[in-house]
Amino acid sequence: MASMSPPSVPRFSVEVYQNVNLPEGGREVNAIVTVTAAGGPGEPSLPSGSLSPGSFSPGGHAPDAAVVVMVDCSGSMDYPPAKMRNARDATAAAIDALRDGVAFAVVAGTHQAREVYPGGGRLAVADATTRGQAKEALRKLGPGGGTAIGTWLRLADRLLSSSDASIRHGILLTDGRNEHEEPEALRASLDACAGRFTCDARGVGTDWEVKEVTGIASALLGSADIVADPAALAADFTSMMETVMGKEVGDVSLRLWTPQGAEVLFVKQMAPTVEELTDRRSAAGPRASDYPTGSWGDESRDYHVCVRVPSAHVGQEMLAARVSLVLPTPDGASPHVLAQGLVRAVWTDDLAASTSINPQVAHYTGQAELAQAIQQGLDLRKSGDVDGATAKLGRAVQLASRSGHEDTAKLLAKVVDVVDAANGTVRLKTKVSEEAEMTLETRSTKTVRVKK
Amino acid sequence: MSQLPPQLTACPVCHEPLEPADNFCGGCGADLSAVPAAPGRARADGWRQPDTPVVRGADDYRLAPPAGGVPTQPAHGATPGGACAACRSGMIDKDGYCEHCGHAQPRERDHMEHESAGVAAVTDRGLRHHRNEDAYAVSTTDLAGGRTVVAVVSDGVSSASRPDEASAAACAAAHAALVEDLERGAPPREATHRAIVLAAEAVAGLAAAPAPRPREHEHYRQENAPACTIVSAIVTGDLLTVGWVGDSRAYWVPDDRATQPARLTEDDSWAAQMVAAGLMSEAEAYADERAHAITGWLGADAYEVEPHTASYHPDRPGVVIVCTDGLWNYAESAEHMAAVVPPDARTRPLECARRLLTHALDGGGHDNVTVAVLPFPAPREGAGSA
Repeated sequence: MASMSPPSVPRFSVEVYQNVNLPEGGREVNAIVTVTAAGGPGEPSLPSGSLSPGSFSPGGHAPDAAVVVMVDCSGSMDYPPAKMRNARDATAAAIDALRDGVAFAVVAGTHQAREVYPGGGRLAVADATTRGQAKEALRKLGPGGGTAIGTWLRLADRLLSSSDASIRHGILLTDGRNEHEEPEALRASLDACAGRFTCDARGVGTDWEVKEVTGIASALLGSADIVADPAALAADFTSMMETVMGKEVGDVSLRLWTPQGAEVLFVKQMAPTVEELTDRRSAAGPRASDYPTGSWGDESRDYHVCVRVPSAHVGQEMLAARVSLVLPTPDGASPHVLAQGLVRAVWTDDLAASTSINPQVAHYTGQAELAQAIQQGLDLRKSGDVDGATAKLGRAVQLASRSGHEDTAKLLAKVVDVVDAANGTVRLKTKVSEEAEMTLETRSTKTVRVKK
Repeated sequence: MSQLPPQLTACPVCHEPLEPADNFCGGCGADLSAVPAAPGRARADGWRQPDTPVVRGADDYRLAPPAGGVPTQPAHGATPGGACAACRSGMIDKDGYCEHCGHAQPRERDHMEHESAGVAAVTDRGLRHHRNEDAYAVSTTDLAGGRTVVAVVSDGVSSASRPDEASAAACAAAHAALVEDLERGAPPREATHRAIVLAAEAVAGLAAAPAPRPREHEHYRQENAPACTIVSAIVTGDLLTVGWVGDSRAYWVPDDRATQPARLTEDDSWAAQMVAAGLMSEAEAYADERAHAITGWLGADAYEVEPHTASYHPDRPGVVIVCTDGLWNYAESAEHMAAVVPPDARTRPLECARRLLTHALDGGGHDNVTVAVLPFPAPREGAGSA
């Protein structure tokens, strides 16, 4: 009777950049895979960034989404008192950015998690009334208690699981360390929530632990950032919520087929941020594995795939990997293939052909090294190893300068005095603000794309 | 490069018209990815039955059509769903690779043969290159002036992009022009000159036109426009006419091996120029690693194409060998070539072509190998070789 409307899935495309040529005996195949999702059927008619409370064009589509906002309400949110007020305002701004029809809830987080709105283990459906009620409920939020982020995530998971929306997302704000549960407890909560919803994480102020916040975002396939000035929270929350509203499909996996005898050495997301996916594989048939990529709106991401294949004779050609983007079907049947690309290997005795490195592969290899050099350099600096930190951060300055990564170069310049960027000669600054150091560490995995 | 499911133009359930990118029917919501492709669809893409034997035996070849050549569009390997030629345990996917071991399947152009009255040709990928970038086009036509045999052979330049398309386009264009001009009675040397100019234009045109389908990203090749060599031979009556650009060659091998064989072409190559200028001996020049750098070719980035043409009146029976350097690297001098050509080459030209191919493969098969064999004089009408 009722006609099924087709799921609103954007068009996916896959491009593969690689040097297909291997020398005699060569086995390692590297490729950069660019995945682009564009123009879903429900593309909003509103220009992004012009969203105002409750005023959505009737043509704008309601995404099939559910969102839970988790606000830190621990005692430390009272110092300075503006922090709690800013968090309330930011949450209100995020609620304003919810499109009509989206399921949502607000959770207050301390050493335990508490439903602020709507309560009763349910999600509300966004409209002018519920948005107003939710903002009213925020007034009751006050600081007091400890911090146990795992409990917040578990509550968000319970609330989101009551929805059958295809995009399930959390927004988490914290200002302090996860002091009231063991790291293992947070780890276990993240493992339990991974794949069930995606989550952006923000640290406000400078008293939180960078690795905790980036770890949450990484495990739950969301973004992480620092909001050092609480006054900037509202703008950040609005933009995060707009990004979620732009998502059109969730639970997309990158499927990698490799031939018999081949081994996947690594799979990494390289743009917009470096995200190691290798260990997140799940088997999908005899020679295929799935790697989670979360939800997609109109966006483009790059992945670096490295496969070791069995060697073949010069003159032979092999399919080293088939990369596809797949969407699971509700009934568990074989998933929809959204797009695919081929990674090939051709053995040649032409040394000029087999030794040339693809520019995309070279670029992202450098970006991965940059992220690693920053993280290692900051760790060494904290542990008091001045020489080690100088060497690593110097290398980072050199790589950032070489790849034209200006944002990271600017952040590095707040931690080290750059003597010679091209050669990576730097001196550690004696006085570094906590904000500068935490910003650099949090954003170290952001990459720039190769100029095409 | 993206691969979408096979495109349907209308929903198979409710017949609603579809957009190319639809994964679901807009009318009834049917999952289009679950619909099997229309039968016969894969065939239309140029797939070939994997178990069609390549014509190899001495006597089991079918009589080829009067004109033969390499298709201008690169052809893929075996039919999807067939068994893998490499591991014998996997099935072939729709991209032409084995679902088990990933090996690419043999392509139609890997090995092709042709024989008709008056000419035989063989082209082969060789042992070290992953695809065949050589091409040929040959035919026998009975004109008012008698039987006319035309052979064109081309070698794609590997350091340029899409060399396989360049050689196929050059052969097709030159062959068509030769047959047309000879039919209207043009002198063979004039026809040869014009044919090479037209072939050069066809190859130059490939640079302007985008690849017919998305090709792999061959970054190290992308700077160079498609390019190739060309060599042609025409046998009309008692006249033998050759034309060339680049380092593909024609040889004359008389039946009576007591008389001198000859090379009929002069390479546009670094080595040949060194020898011609008297700067190096032939042995020194060909030992140099620059020996094979060609100084003339067909392509958008060629300075000015100067077709070389020559006509001969052989005074005795023999065969004309038209070939790429994948063969003559293993039989450089006319004497060496004559030693490899079997004594009955004129009466069994396909056997001769296969023998020459085997010689190149036994020598290492480092390049693609293409050879056309033209008996001289051309066999009389009605005296077909089959």
